[in-house]
Amino acid sequence: MDMGGSHEAGEVNRIYSLLMKTGRNRNGRLTVKRFAWCSFDARRGIALLFFFLPSFNVNFSAARSIDVGPGFPFHTLKQAIAAADSGDVINVQPGVYAEGNIIITKPISLCGIGYPVIDGKKADEVITIKSNGVTLDGFVIQNSGKSDLKELSGIHIANAKQCIVANNKLINNFFGITCDNSRDCSIFNNEIRSNATTETSSGNGIHCWKSSSIFIDGNHISGHRDGIYFEFVTYTQVSHNISEHNLRYGIHFMFSDHDMYFTNTFRNNGSGVAVMYSKFVNMYFNRFENNWGGAAYGLLLKELTDSRIISNHFERNTTGIFLEGTSRSFFAKNEIVRNGWALKILGDCYSDTITENNFSANTFDVTTNAGENQNKFAANYWDKYRGYDLNRDGTGDVPFRPVSLYSKLVEEVPNSVLLLHSFMVNVLDQTEKVIPSITPEQFRDDTPKMKPYNHAAT
Amino acid sequence: MVTLKVLKYVLYDVLRSRMVLAYALLLFVFSYALFYLESDPSKSVLSLLNIVLLLVPLVSIIFGTIHFYNSREFIEMLLAQPMSRRSLFFSEFLGLALSLTLALVFGIGIPAITFGVSATSLFLILVGVLLTFVFVAIAIWSAVVTNDKARGIGVSLLLWFYFTILYDGIILLVLFYFSDYPMEKVMMILSALNPVDLGRISVLLRLDVSALMGYTGAVFQKFLGSISGTVTALALLVLWSLLPLWFGNRYFRRKDL
Repeated sequence: MDMGGSHEAGEVNRIYSLLMKTGRNRNGRLTVKRFAWCSFDARRGIALLFFFLPSFNVNFSAARSIDVGPGFPFHTLKQAIAAADSGDVINVQPGVYAEGNIIITKPISLCGIGYPVIDGKKADEVITIKSNGVTLDGFVIQNSGKSDLKELSGIHIANAKQCIVANNKLINNFFGITCDNSRDCSIFNNEIRSNATTETSSGNGIHCWKSSSIFIDGNHISGHRDGIYFEFVTYTQVSHNISEHNLRYGIHFMFSDHDMYFTNTFRNNGSGVAVMYSKFVNMYFNRFENNWGGAAYGLLLKELTDSRIISNHFERNTTGIFLEGTSRSFFAKNEIVRNGWALKILGDCYSDTITENNFSANTFDVTTNAGENQNKFAANYWDKYRGYDLNRDGTGDVPFRPVSLYSKLVEEVPNSVLLLHSFMVNVLDQTEKVIPSITPEQFRDDTPKMKPYNHAAT
Repeated sequence: MVTLKVLKYVLYDVLRSRMVLAYALLLFVFSYALFYLESDPSKSVLSLLNIVLLLVPLVSIIFGTIHFYNSREFIEMLLAQPMSRRSLFFSEFLGLALSLTLALVFGIGIPAITFGVSATSLFLILVGVLLTFVFVAIAIWSAVVTNDKARGIGVSLLLWFYFTILYDGIILLVLFYFSDYPMEKVMMILSALNPVDLGRISVLLRLDVSALMGYTGAVFQKFLGSISGTVTALALLVLWSLLPLWFGNRYFRRKDL
């Protein structure tokens, strides 16, 4: 995969070096490599302690294992956390822990055994992490409070570095995981679901604000407002996530530069992904499916520059890709099928390149409100192309005009969409194809392909 | 009872003609191919809609007109018997409409059932049946009003052209001319004034392409999406077949044959 400039490549390496602590399980999914002390049960831990005690002057603060649960020294998480020192591991036994807001202010690890439940009783933020190097692994975290003023969350990482939140189930929280003013954190393999009904009364699945180098991988997010929300978030990787049935967007980028998301699936959201007021955002190998409704988009781009949209799959969205104020961006090798509008490109977009994409079975291929085209369409496959290829080089000999007369009419007089699929419209489109007069002359692909690209093979 | 007897005869007569058989076969081949080639049934219903909206009015109106002219001698002979003109007129109409309906239901219904029947495809067939009734009524009306066969067929063709193409062109012109005004209500009335548009929109709103139709579509959806709206649309189509029938009947009763 082309990572772009060396700058980005360096960034990717940095993110991966952060991941050195992770491994992969049989399914190929990234997992936390459980550190040795994390998987020990209490008795073995104590036995080890006694084994080492006589021979060393053991520094207990280095790595102690604390057990919490019925029948163990500590019954509540708060007691255990208060007793723990930096670097300690707290093994939490199965049970329900409803202790109000749990605040972690030292670098410790909390390991859930058999998914213990931490319940916020719909009143508080459940877990607040205020320290660097905190790990939270294997919990069910549920029922955070709701607030109009605060972003009450299942897990809140505030002003922290190098925290790991993995393998948790966040259920019915207002915000799932929030991360503010933090960096170098990993959030992966979490299941985050809620039951949002209105945008104003719901929060985001993963909400990052003013953060950098966050690694978000393999999460499954549903039923929130935005699946993932970024504001002022830079150098961040979002990969292998599934974001579905969210009210607004699968991912929402605001003022977030130099980010990359790949191999995610966005389906049945209000809209798939919205990237706004950002630059250098790279999008690879994602699927945008079934974002269908009156004002739904697969990918909505607004005021975005210098970005790459490569090898994505857009299927059955009302509008596949919507471009407003998008410039110097590169759209290639995307599969754009069965959408209402494949590509809506407004007049304030310039210097974009749209090449080597497959456009098939869309109601409208390209529509625009612009009279002239400042972008480059080249070497795409259009299933509506009826040209010929005399020299058999795979490229059609006559240009293709993707903006049909009727799509232009609909753009100018939206009411005329009611004539959709009427015989007259078909006749008009055919006539315009033979003798183009109204559709913008410059919107054309001079080298349309005769056969679709096999993107799956490359 | 006389009406039923004559209706039976007309029905047999029409069903025996190869034209109706060819029509049923054509519809069958089209819809079978569409359901077979397209994996998504909602997509094939969409393509089928295009065919139904084009073919059903055309065949109904042309075949209706020709048949009425061709059975002129039969009509004159029957009218020499003691039977009312009204019952003869209605049996002619029902015979034609029912036989074409049979062809339509077989032609589209069988493929639709074999490839998984859906509410939308049934609704499409219902709209097709109503359109058959509308255009047979228009055909008979134009055949009654004009004495000359060639002219009658010409009138029928013109009417078909008007309803399927010209009318939408006029709508487009109106929309462009008044694009600064809210036109949703006007559009609603305008589309009710054309049976083909009425049928097309009420089927389209049942398909997921309705999401493309934006604000105007939403206004229509709100009305036609409800049960009362659907009933209204279907009632309008029925009215569309009753009106030309009533005019035709009135003319036919006073006509000097």
